[in-house]
Amino acid sequence: MIEWIHLEFMKNALAAGMMLSVVLAVVSCFVVLRRFSFIGVGVAHSAFGGVALGALLGISPTLSAIVFAVAVANAIGVVGNQKRLSADTAIGIFFSLAMALGVIFIGMSNSYNVDLFGYLFGNILAITHQDLRVIALLGGLVLVSIWIFFKEFMFVAFDSEVAHVSGIPVRFLDHFFLSILSLTVVISMKVVGIILVSALLVIPGAAAAQITDRYVPMFAVAVAVALVSTVGGLWISYYANLASGATIVTLASLLFFISFGIGKLKK
Amino acid sequence: MTVAALQSSGPPDPSTPDISPDAQLLVDMSDVWVKFDGKWVLKSIYLKCFQGEILGIVGPNGGGKSTLLKVVLGLIQPDKGAARLFGQKPGKQSRLNVGYLPQVSHAERSFPVTVLDVVLMGLYQQLGIFSRVRTAHRQKALEQLDRVGMKEHAAKPFGKLSGGQQQRVQIARALVSSPRLLVLDEPSTGVDSVGQEDFYELLASLRDNQRISVIMVSHDIGVVTTYADRVACLNREIHYHGDTGPWAETDAYQKVFGKNLKVMVHDARCISCMMRHAHHD
Repeated sequence: MIEWIHLEFMKNALAAGMMLSVVLAVVSCFVVLRRFSFIGVGVAHSAFGGVALGALLGISPTLSAIVFAVAVANAIGVVGNQKRLSADTAIGIFFSLAMALGVIFIGMSNSYNVDLFGYLFGNILAITHQDLRVIALLGGLVLVSIWIFFKEFMFVAFDSEVAHVSGIPVRFLDHFFLSILSLTVVISMKVVGIILVSALLVIPGAAAAQITDRYVPMFAVAVAVALVSTVGGLWISYYANLASGATIVTLASLLFFISFGIGKLKK
Repeated sequence: MTVAALQSSGPPDPSTPDISPDAQLLVDMSDVWVKFDGKWVLKSIYLKCFQGEILGIVGPNGGGKSTLLKVVLGLIQPDKGAARLFGQKPGKQSRLNVGYLPQVSHAERSFPVTVLDVVLMGLYQQLGIFSRVRTAHRQKALEQLDRVGMKEHAAKPFGKLSGGQQQRVQIARALVSSPRLLVLDEPSTGVDSVGQEDFYELLASLRDNQRISVIMVSHDIGVVTTYADRVACLNREIHYHGDTGPWAETDAYQKVFGKNLKVMVHDARCISCMMRHAHHD
């Protein structure tokens, strides 16, 4: 039952999955607390446009996806802040636009060198040592950023209006958070895929929020949920010959429903 | 200020009776106009708030009460006229001396913070980005919780408290940064009447013991006339700005309307304001 761990591609996938679990779990707590779930979906999908742009220009899809996703996330932040437009309308428009541009870019590039399917649904066979380094570096950057702004992020998530009046730079922090959310999406693409990463931007935090009312346990439970889903999902997908990203997300959802049940019982 | 003054339909009286000349002027709005989407929502507002007084702002919904507070806080810039907060243009710097309590907390009930965490948030701006919360800060927060009678709840999840308790905790958060002015938007929302009474007694004690000023906006005329030192009736423009006290002393009206005179006189004023506006619009 453990020979799967010794396979080279599995070692890489596991290392990537475990690092990503911590990053996704921490980010997902703030996504849930700040009620950015739908923005997460929008940003994740817009990364597809970035990958396609990379294919068109012949540059690194990771790099172009970072630029594209950060730009779209901040555009959603700016447009969604207008009085005349609600945030979910802005997200609905921007993420379809980004997906549409992605399809157009693919058509224009006439090349199928980039494994677009792998970016959409994840491809653990494709994870290289270079990817691991990128995940460690950018994931570390995301975690350090959250550590630095932790109390400010909490205040803004708790009550952005009072935070603003008391002098906390709410708009800057929101844009900053959307940017690190974009980075998180991009480094998760190869393991879980663009389509499914938004689930992991919500589920760990949402599951943890069901069973605890303190924030330290919330972050701990979220990390645990993400780790169990990722490692368990990779293991099941290997033996049952299932798509790994989909298995990870299914397992995470299952854990959410269990914590939802526990949360109900506790009340 | 007499009933005759209440009934005058001329420009608002910016005079400030019963305030000693050396009292400090914390808020001073002079001929402030604010426009939204081409319509004036505030017209020629003159408003003063002095140190150590409770100023109530009443008026119908949509009358511009929240907009007025935003101008005081510097969150909205007037299109015409000038607002002063502690003698400066309202903004980030002058807001440091203000404690703000929103109409409703936007926080979800399940938000994973304790009562103490919520009060500590009031110190984050002073602390700055890289510093962490230390024992001294916790001590300060606990002192404020003690002041509002919530110290024993410090370790409880904020979401488990009643509406009135949450409001007290938010007052403690507003007070922890030692503000000179509290700005309250509809403070009675979601609080039962017993809780309300306690709450306004707390405000009165802050005014008497700490010389903290309070500006509170409310649609509840009864509460404002009972607890505020001065009142402003706002419906796009200010129709009365003066003492609450003398209203009750107008005995001719008291005979006719009984003890509820203050409310009734004021009510009538507000309704007439609205009717006058209906004519003009």
